[in-house]
Formats: sequence, C-alpha cells, structure tokens
Amino acid sequence: MNRLDIQKTYKLYIGGKFPRTESGRYYAVNNSKGKLIANMCLGSRKDFRNAVVVARKVQESWADISALNKGQILYRIAEMLEGRKEQFIEELVLQGATKKAAENEVEVSIDRLVYYAGWSDKYQQFFSTVNPVSSSHFNFTNLEATGIVSIIAPENQSLIGLVSVIASTIVGGNTVIVLASENLPLSAISFAEVLNSSDVPGGVVNILTGKREELISHMASHMDVNAIIYCGNDENEMKSINELASNNVKRTIFYKKNDWLNSSNESPYFIEKTQEAKTTWHPVKV
Amino acid sequence: MANKNKPFKASWSYDPAPESTDHIQLQKKYDLYIDGKFIKPESGKYFDTINPANDEIIAEIAIAEKEDVDKAVKAAKSAFKNWSKIEPKERGKYIYRIARLIQERAREFAVIESLDGGKPIRESRDIDIPLAANHFFYYAGWTDKLEFAFPNRKPKPLGVAGQIIPWNFPLLMAAWKLAPALATGNTVVLKPAETTPLTALKLAEIIRDSGLPKGVVNIITGAGKTGAEIVNHPDIDKISFTGSTAVGKYIQKAVAGTNKKITLELGGKSANIIFEDAAIDQAVEGIIDAIFFNQGHVCCAGSRLFIQESVANTVIQKLKDRMETLMVGDPMDKNTDIGAINSKRQLKTIENYIKIGLNEGGEIFQTDCILPEKGNWCKPTLFLNLSQSHTIVQEEIFGPVLAIQTFRTIEEVIEKANNTPYGLAAGVWTQNGSKIFHMTQKLKAGVIWANTFNKFDATSPFGGYKESGFGREGGLHGLKPYVKFE
Repeated sequence: MNRLDIQKTYKLYIGGKFPRTESGRYYAVNNSKGKLIANMCLGSRKDFRNAVVVARKVQESWADISALNKGQILYRIAEMLEGRKEQFIEELVLQGATKKAAENEVEVSIDRLVYYAGWSDKYQQFFSTVNPVSSSHFNFTNLEATGIVSIIAPENQSLIGLVSVIASTIVGGNTVIVLASENLPLSAISFAEVLNSSDVPGGVVNILTGKREELISHMASHMDVNAIIYCGNDENEMKSINELASNNVKRTIFYKKNDWLNSSNESPYFIEKTQEAKTTWHPVKV
Repeated sequence: MANKNKPFKASWSYDPAPESTDHIQLQKKYDLYIDGKFIKPESGKYFDTINPANDEIIAEIAIAEKEDVDKAVKAAKSAFKNWSKIEPKERGKYIYRIARLIQERAREFAVIESLDGGKPIRESRDIDIPLAANHFFYYAGWTDKLEFAFPNRKPKPLGVAGQIIPWNFPLLMAAWKLAPALATGNTVVLKPAETTPLTALKLAEIIRDSGLPKGVVNIITGAGKTGAEIVNHPDIDKISFTGSTAVGKYIQKAVAGTNKKITLELGGKSANIIFEDAAIDQAVEGIIDAIFFNQGHVCCAGSRLFIQESVANTVIQKLKDRMETLMVGDPMDKNTDIGAINSKRQLKTIENYIKIGLNEGGEIFQTDCILPEKGNWCKPTLFLNLSQSHTIVQEEIFGPVLAIQTFRTIEEVIEKANNTPYGLAAGVWTQNGSKIFHMTQKLKAGVIWANTFNKFDATSPFGGYKESGFGREGGLHGLKPYVKFE
C-alpha cells in the first residue's frame, strides 16, 4: 500500500512564532503544470504592523549582542541550513528549478551566511574612523544599525536573494520584516524554520508571504520603519516607495538587477547600506 | 534697575569694540554666477538682501528663474566632461587654491557674513570662515586618494550636483557642499539662502579668480522657487540639501521616480543631558554654547535640556546668572555674544513659539538686556515647567529658546531624549567614563558631544538619524554621497 505524504502547511513567521495570517486569507501557488504546490498565507497590513511591533521591541537588544556572538548566530544559521540542504533543494525543484541550479543556489546561500557571519566583528573596523580634528578633542565615527528595515525580497532567486539581504541587514544589528517572493515563496518559510532553530532571537527576522502590490505601500509608509530595501526593477513600485518613504525620511535601498548568486554581490558595502554613522566628541585636555 | 531675583545681573559694561567694515568690497548689485561669469537674470528681477541688525539694504541680488537654472545646469553638465577626467592631482590643486584664497580674504568674508546674516563677528571670524577654508583644504587632498576611501570599489563622480544651503552658516555650508563634490569630480549648481547670499557670491569671485574651469561651479540666487527648479531639473544627478525637515521631505518625494541621488541635512531638537556628577560650571558653559551659539540658528542646537533632579536648582540658577552676562546686540562688536535674528520672518517664528510656550503653561525666563531699536532681536530665553508633550519641547524653534526638563534615572533620560522624530545631535555631561560611553551608545543621533557641544571640524562627519536626514558631510564619510560605484 502506498503511504500518503504529509504535506507541509506554510505559515507566516512573526516574533519567533508561526501564526496564520490574521486576515484568514490565502493564495495558491502552483507548479508549471498547474498543479497545486501549497496554499500560502496572504499576509495583510495588520500582519505587517504586528511584525513591526515585535521588530521594534527586540531591535536594541539584538544590536547590543556582541559582534562575536552575532557572527556565531549567523554561522549557526548556515549550519542549520546545511543540515536541511535536501529539503531546500526539493522545494526549489518543486517550484521549477533544475536539480543542478537548486543545488547551487542552496550551497551559495549557505556560503553567503558564513561570509556575513565572518564580517560581523570586522565591518565596524572597516568603516569606522578616528578623525584628527584641529581642536583638543578625541573624535571618532562608528556605525550603528539604522533600526527596523522592511525588505521586499527578490521575486526570482527566492532563496539566495532572500538570504543575502537578510544576512547583510541583520548582521549590522537591524531587525527586519521581509516580504517573500510572491510566486516562489516556499524557501522563505522553510528558511524561517531554520532561523527559528538557530539562536536568532524571535522578532529579529519576520517573514511574510503575500502580494507585493498589496503590502509594498505599507512597508514603505510605516512611520516606525527606518529603512526599506526593495529588490526588483518595477519603476512604478520604486517611485511609489520613494514617495511614501519621504513621510518619515526613510532610507530607501534599491537592488535592481543583482545576480545574487554572483560573488560580486557579497561585500561589506551591503552591510553599510543599513547603517548610520555616529560621530562622538570628547575633550582631551585635563 | 536692580532686581533681587536676579542677583548676578551684569553690572559691568564694556566699551564698544567694533570691527571695521571699511576694508570690504561690496557691489550694489549682484548677478548670477554661471559658466565662469556674472550674468544678469533673464527676467531682470532682483531682490534686496538686508542687514538684520539695522534693517538697511546691503545689495540687490538677482532672482534666478527656470531659464537661468537651465543655463546653470547646462554649463555644469558641459563642464563635467572635462572636470571629471582631469588628472586628480590637478583637480586637487584647484581646490587648494580656493582654500588659500578664502584664508587670504578671511577678514573680509567674516565682516560680510556678519553684516548679511547677523551673527557675531567673533563667530564668523573664529568659526565660520576658518572652518570653510579648512573644508576645502581637507577635501582637496582627497582627489588623488579616493580609491583608499573605498577599498575594492572604483568610485566615479555622479555628474551635476544641485546644492541648496541654509542661511545659518552661509559660507560654511557652501564649503561643506562644494568641497567634497568637487574633490570627487562632480560639477555644481549651488543656491545660497535668500537672506544670506553675499558670501556665496563673494566665493564665486574667488572661484573665478582661482582659474577653476568655467561651469564647474555655478552659483545662482533666489528663494524657494529657484530651489524647486534645481530639484526638478532633469539634468541634475544629485541633490544635496540642508534645511528644514519639511522641505527635505518635499525633496525626497519630488525626486521619487528619478535617478537623482539625495543627501538631506535636516532639522533637529537635540537633547543636552546634565548628570549630577557633571562638572557643573563647565556644563553650564556647555548649555550656553549649545543653545545660544549663532542665536540658536543651529540645526544641531541643544534645544532640549535635561537636568538630573538633584542638581536642577543649582544648574538653573547658574544658567540664569550666566545668561545675564550675555551681550546681545551689534554683530559687528567683538564683545557681542548674541547677534541679530536672521530675518523678520524667523523672528516671528521664534516669537510665536515663545507665545505657544506661555499659553501651554511654561514658565519663562528672559534676561534683562536692552535690545537695539532697529533690527531683529530676541532675548536669551529659557522655559521651565515643561513635559515631553509641550510644543516647544517637540518642535524645532531655531532661535535662542531653551526648553528645560528634569529627570531622575539614566533609563528615563535615554527614553525621553530619544523620543523625538529627530536624531541629529546630543550632548552628555558627566565625569563618569562608563556613563559617557553608555549614553553615547544609547542616544540615537548622528553627532554626540560628550562634555562639550557644538564643535565642528572638516575631518569630522556630520549628519543625522531618522527625520534629521541621511548622508554625512565632513570627513571620509562625506565623500560617499558624491560617488557611485561601477
């Protein structure tokens, strides 16, 4: 007798928990042959706002975790992903990738996490300065997290794109609310499970599934979000994001045509995008 | 008139020590500096620039309209082709020349700055003008070293930068904008504020004399409408703006859907925090510097004062006493601490906030000084009995008005200090080293002054968090807003 598979229910990831969308809505994701792969939560504005609340709550304590420790937590994510490699390959294949491409994307994703884990206790040294001011003061500039970042993950390269933007943003002490690829959302929610078992405090990474056209405006306009990362090249979406972002002088970061598999798309400059330079003065004369 | 409640009222007086003004060269009328020469505006329209200390007209200034802005942008675009390609070392030498020329004419610039803007000659002479020259010196040296600023990247200039600057530090802001833009190989259309255009126009003379290729720097004058024409011009690649948060938001919105990069240095409501273990006399001096420097026309002014409860009475009394000694009056007098309010309009804004403060139940203290009859003046002012919800605690006043609150615990003051949409600067006063670093880490602001306030330097990045804007000016970090990477 054939055994009936247990199918996975994909839910949202908010504050370290996996709730269904408060809206109760869903959308169907089909494979190329039109067969149903999964019913995904159709995340709502309320889900997003809930995620912002938890992201704010934990942002400072996440930023305060030592650089060494944050690096180890990112490395731990890589370890967990390595252990569940097969599942991620299967999901990518299910969504239409070839076996070879899927394997490559998962492996590069694991390596990307290790890459940013390593930067955790180094980027500060790279971007900080001691400034030789003319007066008798000691003066230095270092980086601090911008705060809460909305991320619209790339529609394609749904795993490596997602991993690249999340890793480069949280390693700098930010907390994030990510909107997963609309048509290729499976890896994002499975990645949430990896995060949840990787010592990443709940609320640091929140992942929603749903419609771009419905959620982007809320992600760009929320007054308690400090920056927004948009991966894509829809000129109208970018224009609307910039307009809405002006309400609270939100930082906007657009990754238009990045091939996230390419190693040219990993660098500390990605971390710097969601950092603020703080300059501190103190007199030196007694 | 003696007043027993004000025991420290200054009973001594100073002999006037006026700075001479006969050595400065000013024309009656100034045109637009476009493509290496001064040309008349298409419309033939001019406006007056007025001395805020005596209401006298100093000169007529051209109004740049759409056609003039277009000419300036065209000149900058055409100049970009060569300027972005000349040998970086040579580019640096032009900028060094500008620095030297400012130093040579520093006294003249200081006098004109104080005449046009109302700031005390001591400040324009010792701070504004030397710092402006230093900025050109600092960035001149970067031109042939840019790859060291951005390891593993190849920095390229953006193109034409539109730069719009405020009236509080006219020449200094021009330097903050021009020096890094030029050093990275961009060309510029710069608009000074309508109430303080003179030193920028004198700078145009220096730029002309320096032999800088024509069109690399264009300086055009006008009010907000001229600024909007610059912001919306299709051939502008970069907007760099210093001014109010409201206009900053307008600019961010206006450039949406274009490829223009922007840098915004906007408003602030910076906290200045005095702990009970501070060196109190130094802290009082720091409070004075924080709020009364440049008549409080400072985006990073320490306009919210937080005093730990146990020392509040002492600090407030010492502060009132010290305020009574402040000399308010003629900006050209070297004794003057607080000069003229920059414009009638700004004076009205400040007076309106003082009214709001009173209406909302604040307790006011103003010094006993006698104000000149003509011109725009505001007595040094502080308010007590305030809470976080008061308008004058929340909104930027941009004048010599200090809002005072007290606090008990370190957690409480961090919470209060950060509870604002702004994040430009903050000050901390304590003799406890760990407390300093705890505070400087916890305060959400781009510039933190510990046991000092309102210090600036060409090597020191300046700029805000949150609604105080983004991008940095000064130092290595100040190069980034003017480059792109391949």
